[in-house]
Amino acid sequence: MEPLTWTGAIGPYLNPALGLAVAVLALSILTHAGLAIARLGGVARPGAGAAGSHAAAAAGRVTRWSLFAVLALIVIYLVAGIVAPVEAKGIIGRISTRFLPVWIALAATFALSIAFKRRLGLYGNLFDNRVGMIGFALVMFWVYSALFADVIVTHDPVGDVISGMKNKAPGTPLRSPGEGVYGYYLLGGDALARDVFSRMVAGARVVLTIAPAATLFAFMVGITLGVPAGYLGGRFDTALSFVANLVLAFPVILLFFLLVTPEIIAMGVPKYMAEVLFLFPVVFLVILWNSRFHTRPMTRNIHVGLTVLIGGWLYLGLAWDADPLGLVSIPGGVLIVFVSVVFVNSPTVFRIVRGLTLDIRTRDYVAAAQTRGEGAWYIMLWEILPNARGPLLVDFCLRIGYTTILLGTLGFFGLGLPPDSPDWGTSINAGRGLLQFFPFPPLVPAVAIMSLVLGLNLLADGLREESLKD
Amino acid sequence: MGPFILKRLGVMLLTALCMTLIVFFLTNLPPNLEKLAKTQLGARITDAEVSSWLERNGYAQPMLARYGEWLGVLPGYTYEAANGTRSGRCARLAGDDGAIPRHCGVLQGDWGYSTKFRVPVTELIGERLARTGMLMFWAFAVMVPMALIIGVVAGMREGSATDRTLSTFAIASTSTPEYVSGVIFVVIFASSMVGLKWFTGSAKSAVDGITFENFTLPVITVALYGMGYIARMTRASMAEVMTAQYIRTARLKGVSFRNIVLKHALRNALIAPFTVIMLQFPWLLTGVVIVEALFVYPGFGNALVEGASNNDIELLMAVSVVAVVVVLVTQLISDIGYALLNPRIRVN
Repeated sequence: MEPLTWTGAIGPYLNPALGLAVAVLALSILTHAGLAIARLGGVARPGAGAAGSHAAAAAGRVTRWSLFAVLALIVIYLVAGIVAPVEAKGIIGRISTRFLPVWIALAATFALSIAFKRRLGLYGNLFDNRVGMIGFALVMFWVYSALFADVIVTHDPVGDVISGMKNKAPGTPLRSPGEGVYGYYLLGGDALARDVFSRMVAGARVVLTIAPAATLFAFMVGITLGVPAGYLGGRFDTALSFVANLVLAFPVILLFFLLVTPEIIAMGVPKYMAEVLFLFPVVFLVILWNSRFHTRPMTRNIHVGLTVLIGGWLYLGLAWDADPLGLVSIPGGVLIVFVSVVFVNSPTVFRIVRGLTLDIRTRDYVAAAQTRGEGAWYIMLWEILPNARGPLLVDFCLRIGYTTILLGTLGFFGLGLPPDSPDWGTSINAGRGLLQFFPFPPLVPAVAIMSLVLGLNLLADGLREESLKD
Repeated sequence: MGPFILKRLGVMLLTALCMTLIVFFLTNLPPNLEKLAKTQLGARITDAEVSSWLERNGYAQPMLARYGEWLGVLPGYTYEAANGTRSGRCARLAGDDGAIPRHCGVLQGDWGYSTKFRVPVTELIGERLARTGMLMFWAFAVMVPMALIIGVVAGMREGSATDRTLSTFAIASTSTPEYVSGVIFVVIFASSMVGLKWFTGSAKSAVDGITFENFTLPVITVALYGMGYIARMTRASMAEVMTAQYIRTARLKGVSFRNIVLKHALRNALIAPFTVIMLQFPWLLTGVVIVEALFVYPGFGNALVEGASNNDIELLMAVSVVAVVVVLVTQLISDIGYALLNPRIRVN
């Protein structure tokens, strides 16, 4: 079989069009920037202002239309790649076809959300915001890729080591594909002859399981400690703030190197930390229910009982690896990475929550609750916390992105996760040695990290704008 | 101002003590000491040899006592073998007459001996900091002016097409960690696939002399990640200033837009970014470690990585002291500078 080209049979028609559109776009952006600088620098003489603004408006229109053209052409590449007959497909077309479940899920999500956006609160408002929508689309692309990873991958991301495919270029056909085996390595092979495309998709699953969960745990820890520190103040606050600043003064990488070495793991340090950190969500929920329902013992008992039962079960499984039913457990390497990421993130969350609490506790509704004789925990968790949700939600999005970067950093130094793990940081680390000669193995996961984090940052930006509008 | 700085210095000292104690504890756990012995004598030694090596070199004492020795408040441990040769913490400092100083710790100005690089830590750290300082200097020289220009130009006309383009660029730059941008830059500018080969993909030769060719990629890689954040802060600050009353007054009395921006708005808009720029230092430290690993540049970050992977205790202690001092001093400068620049804030 011939190696695939990037664009396949549609290439000769579309490539010149795309080149033209990109060239026009670049030219018009340069003109635009030049005009802006000229105006600021006062180069334009008085009287030339009208002509200048005309030119600027024209350049703006050209920019917009060429941008649309570029985007439209990209969509055509993807759609044509799906509908084209198999032998006419290029690499882009084949990848687009593999991602078909993701495209369908994305289209369905957007159609439903836009149709019902007036009834969906803040989430619905997101669809009035172009930046937020782009960010949401990028994030959901990776979320759906992680969900449907089993269908999308063309080969086993860890196990399939096919001889003769080491460091091969994108689109290289397999020498002798067996029955039912996908015939190409779409994005080439890495140094161990594994499929780069499949590893990227499988990596999304690893990253998108660990990053949001670790961020959630960091928020639980930060909230459980930060709200009382801000509300009660005093020695408690001083001590906790000192500890938080101490952790923040550590360079992140030194902390990782100290916590995630095999010797420290052998001593069980991360395990002890997991036992403490994983307790926080359970404690948080128990206090939450108790402060709300303590006047209604029946309801309180049900809530607290269920929390202790389910939370305790998960806690035993996750932190102690001692789930009596044997259902919940977490592989050793993942646990260590998880714990160190939570540990690094929680002091920052603590500081943010504490600052928000200091601000909100001076409000009138807090004074009203105090006058009613509500308990301290009720005020903290049911009066203050709900009113801090806007900034916390925005920070949550940003922090998932930051956690993704931290996970990549860990992988980049080969810490924590097993060396054959398909996650993006580990793949970059594996490929960086031969980067100048075989760029694809590290380049593909690098672009994946960038697009996911960019999506999360844009989403956070959109959410911030929309929540400020209320 | 005086008491404030004194109090902060006290907290700094306490933080540094706590932090070094934690690092000391983690690097001195029994499995780590065993690893250290094995890196020194070879991986195939027996348990008895390990414990005798630890005994001879003073690692067998209680942990707190050895922390005291490192600080220089307790006398250094000396082991005298049967044949009269002496070994221990301070043995390498023995004078010509064979006298070993009683104390050899940080308080005496001795930072110990790197077991990995086999040179005194002070010497090693000095050399490495000079190299990393060079990288940081150029990174700042690129990052700060670029970020301020982007932020000011974006913020002076909030909501314009220029603003949207530059803001998108800023967000994209904060979403690109060093190990991603480094890989992308190397592929574009140094790989045989694209074929530009403008720069070299390794900064190893920069040790002998910095050239445009070998230092550009590391510098822009470090600069890019921090740039977006400073630019966004500058933009927010500039946009806020541009809505202020005195800017409107200036506009109404007919001052040209250029003069408004340069003479009225700029100075007030640059107060907030100053804090952010100072707080970037600790963040850059992480970036530097990644970039030095990616571009094979033997600087401070490389010392950290090597020290940690070989459990080089005294090197790691020195590295963490340097790191904590950088973090806390920049925080202090940013607080004081903020108060000095902004007359509405009083420190007390």
